Amino acid sequence: MTDNSSSNAYWSANVRIIYICLAIWAIVSYGFGILLRPALSGIAVGGTDLGFWFAQQGSIVVFIALIFGYSAYMNKIDREFGVDEQ
Amino acid sequence: MDQYTLNLIIVGASFALYIGIAIWARAGTTAEFYAANRGVNPVMNGMATAADWMSAASFISMAGLIATVGYGNSTYLMGWTGGYVLLALLLAPYLRKFGKYTVPQFIGDRFYSQGARLTAVVCLIIISVTYVIGQMTGAGVAFSRFLEVNVSTGLWIASAVVFVYAVLGGMKGITYTQVAQYIVLIIAYTIPAIFISMQLTGNPIPWFGLFGTHTESALPLLQKLDQVVTDLGFNAYTAQGSMLNMTLFTLSLMIGTAGLPHVIIRFFTVPKVADARWSAGWALVFIALLYLTAPAVGAMARLNIINTIYPAGTEQEAVLYDERPDWMRTWEVTGLLKFEDKNGDGRIQYYNDAAAGFTETATQRGWTGNELTINNDILVLANPEIAQLPGWVIGLIAAGGLAAALSTAAGLLLAISSAISHDLIKDFLKPDISEKGELMAARIAMAGAILVATLLGLNPPGFAAQTVALAFGLAAATIFPALMMGIFSKRINSVGATLGMIVGLVVTCLYLFTYLGWFFIAGTNMLENVPANYLFGIPPTAFGPIGALLNFAVAYIVSMMTQAPPKHVQDLVESIRVPRGAGQATGH
Repeated sequence: MTDNSSSNAYWSANVRIIYICLAIWAIVSYGFGILLRPALSGIAVGGTDLGFWFAQQGSIVVFIALIFGYSAYMNKIDREFGVDEQ
Repeated sequence: MDQYTLNLIIVGASFALYIGIAIWARAGTTAEFYAANRGVNPVMNGMATAADWMSAASFISMAGLIATVGYGNSTYLMGWTGGYVLLALLLAPYLRKFGKYTVPQFIGDRFYSQGARLTAVVCLIIISVTYVIGQMTGAGVAFSRFLEVNVSTGLWIASAVVFVYAVLGGMKGITYTQVAQYIVLIIAYTIPAIFISMQLTGNPIPWFGLFGTHTESALPLLQKLDQVVTDLGFNAYTAQGSMLNMTLFTLSLMIGTAGLPHVIIRFFTVPKVADARWSAGWALVFIALLYLTAPAVGAMARLNIINTIYPAGTEQEAVLYDERPDWMRTWEVTGLLKFEDKNGDGRIQYYNDAAAGFTETATQRGWTGNELTINNDILVLANPEIAQLPGWVIGLIAAGGLAAALSTAAGLLLAISSAISHDLIKDFLKPDISEKGELMAARIAMAGAILVATLLGLNPPGFAAQTVALAFGLAAATIFPALMMGIFSKRINSVGATLGMIVGLVVTCLYLFTYLGWFFIAGTNMLENVPANYLFGIPPTAFGPIGALLNFAVAYIVSMMTQAPPKHVQDLVESIRVPRGAGQATGH
């Protein structure tokens, strides 16, 4: 990398999207699945509540979406900043 | 044809398939071996990673643990999938860009020190051996059932098979063998689940059956389950668990996933940095196919067991011992299912005799203690028998369980042997060792690791999945922080990272050994493994994040007090952060 400012901008864009993804990652598992379960207990899902669903299935589905979302976004900014593999 | 013969045929056929593919696809040299991997697209690589990753813990043990506790053990589901998010975001692409083959190599180069590399090797060996104990436990259960022998005999057979399997070596590394193993494993897991979901809820998709309606009672399945388990004095299936412990344990499994050397290695060898990201996603898709089914398997199996023991409902008499179903008879042979007629009425009373509030009901009903003990690890394997599914389904599940245990055990043993023969002996102790000598050292290391794991597996520190969880705690406390700091900070230096790993490893090991015995040898523990003795109530399985925190803290403080890393190391960090210029991965 010769252009230092562009390289820094790329890295901070990457770090920003990582923060966003990890926030979602934490909210669905530790939040909805564990700590916020009592608060969500009013929402019924098939014989139990939303928190139970997030803990047993929902968070997994969101994890998959997060990884694919992150990969697609990074491929896009790799090209925008000209750091993609040729 | 009897069940025993059928099991042998199905398990034998699955082994023949893997060996066949291995011979067909056998690559000659190390370079070709990795080059072959490079030709594989991310979807295939994801499938192979899923097979590598899903072990006896996921296949044999996990649903049983979920079944006995219910909601509280959802931690395994979230923990063992959420780690892939960390891998894809924080490690995989950068380690691929770095472009070498092993985790100790990265740590050695990034922290420009043989000491750091050696520390990583020691961590890797301890993590992997612990992990193998869990695999041996699971494989032992599977062998004892399908060969109808005692569980200790099953364990020795498993250790012999693992040895032969791992020494064949290359078999494990060949992507197409793993793809075949994944297919066997997922079919074996899913088919019984579909049958059972149909029987109980009429819904052929177990993922939805779990939240569907129980046909017989017209109640939602989970409500029906809550009802029958509380009738017997157990906690409700969907009842709240301890938030602190669930959070810490889930975190331990997630961070641990991202710090497991044999999983990380898979991302070193994909063709491009972008593929490392996609591969993590595809691996999780294939893992999720099993993980979304597992909670359904657990809940439905729990309901089926109780229905078997109380055929006329929990309010009525339990089944007579002499009229017990065949699956109970066969599992009694293994010693993993036991019946003791405490009140001498010839019936099998199964209930929670530890629940204080339930004693009165039990006395009224003439019960003098729980009479049936079922090892959690038999549940998934016994599941098709409990649901009275056809014989070939029972054989299939044995083949699936063995595929899961053997593929992972072989992968781990290779990681251990290469760490000892290559990272430790060749690059450190005795650089002039011949190639033949190196190979011999690798074999001896492998045999030694199997022997240790088998001996400890005779009295394992927990059920398969719990033992494996300990390995994750160790990985979380050691490797993950070092890798992450190596990528995201240019300031962490050699002394800081090395001391961080040592503190993480030592503190976590001491905490585990205090409750589970020194080096997991049963009976040598200093404190009894009960919640009352735990520091802040944290069980040993959930200690990983505390170790990780100490690792981060020590590394940061020590690095700040000592010199910044040299310029060429800071440049290395700069370069791994951008995908451009990623060449082929190299050995040196």
